Amino acid sequence: MAETEKNKVIKPIKNFAMQEYISSGHRACQGCAEVLAVRHVLKAIGPDMILAMATGCMEIISSPYPLTSWNIPWIHVAFENAAAVASGVESGLKALRRKGRVPDRDVTIVAMGGDGGTTDIGFQALSGMMERGHRVIYVCVDNEAYMNTGIQRSSSTPFGATTTTSPAGRVKPAGEMTWKKDMVAIAAAHGIPYAATACPTFFTDLQKKIQKAKEVDGPSYIHILSVCPTGWRIPPNKAIEYGQLAVDTGVFPLYEVEKGVWKLNRKPKELKPISEYFKGQGRYRHLDEKFTSEIQDKITEKWNKLVKFCE
Amino acid sequence: MTKPMDQISWREIDTGAVITEPGNASCYHTGTWRSQRPKYDSNICIRCWRCFVMCPDAAISPDFDKNVFSWNYDYCKGCGICAHECPVEAITMEED
Repeated sequence: MAETEKNKVIKPIKNFAMQEYISSGHRACQGCAEVLAVRHVLKAIGPDMILAMATGCMEIISSPYPLTSWNIPWIHVAFENAAAVASGVESGLKALRRKGRVPDRDVTIVAMGGDGGTTDIGFQALSGMMERGHRVIYVCVDNEAYMNTGIQRSSSTPFGATTTTSPAGRVKPAGEMTWKKDMVAIAAAHGIPYAATACPTFFTDLQKKIQKAKEVDGPSYIHILSVCPTGWRIPPNKAIEYGQLAVDTGVFPLYEVEKGVWKLNRKPKELKPISEYFKGQGRYRHLDEKFTSEIQDKITEKWNKLVKFCE
Repeated sequence: MTKPMDQISWREIDTGAVITEPGNASCYHTGTWRSQRPKYDSNICIRCWRCFVMCPDAAISPDFDKNVFSWNYDYCKGCGICAHECPVEAITMEED
């Protein structure tokens, strides 16, 4: 009895900031895991940061003029140039510091975009930022389609998902017929010091990765899977659960690439069958046995390749 | 000076459309969207912080004096993540 009493006292939480950098009152859908990912990222970085954000869900829900949800310096830029603006901010600060116009203080520059703003439209700006070697953390919050404008496909949409521009039908029975772009591999191919995948369900892992990226001298890229209940057609209370399933089925493995060394962060003893992840998601409702086994084969193949790579 | 969005006139807006007050979206109460309300039972709760960590709206806060977690119903959208993620089912959703 005494032990249970002891367990039931609130102890201060460790390694998790209490300060909120994105305030309540934002207009995200119920159960949005993307805003949760942003909340965790900001908590991991702390107050000394400047954030450049591409157009997308996170910009729309947080800044309906004249209001803002951000408690940090934040700039909204066009869809394609979040990375370019962040590079400019970083270089500008460097120049001002050299002239002694701003105090010499460590400020983290962060660029953030959705999957559309990263994999499609902002791709060349991101590539340029990584090539020039600016000290910027680029965070991609990936909800696997353009959710803000009404669920259009992006190059990050996985095979078999139905969206409003890739609907399942007679001509394309699987819906989206192409595979997801492997952004972390592309980022790692630039030779940047740090690239990783993360998911807000595993928030300690996410925060550890963000802090690692903050310490790195050079560009870093974090790809975060953020479940979208609206676009994935799932109940809002299951957003965290589907993040867990995506990792445990091998659809979205958690790994990091540190100075060219690949490392798997979460390795389930046995991958769960993909049908468990598909079950309950409205965007995969049309898939039959044939497509499911086809996707399962491809996912297993990709997973085995990744495990081999990380050895 | 946080006041509702419809009471801010164009005369109060800064040059260049810069918003100078951080976090002033908190004047908008998203709690009006809610159709279900989380009900918290402090006797079952094991104080694991999971609901606090997983709340997308940052509507849950710890009350160290009373030794409970409290919900800010001005902002809670009633998504039900806290009830679904609670390891001991101390939170249940009920009609609002």
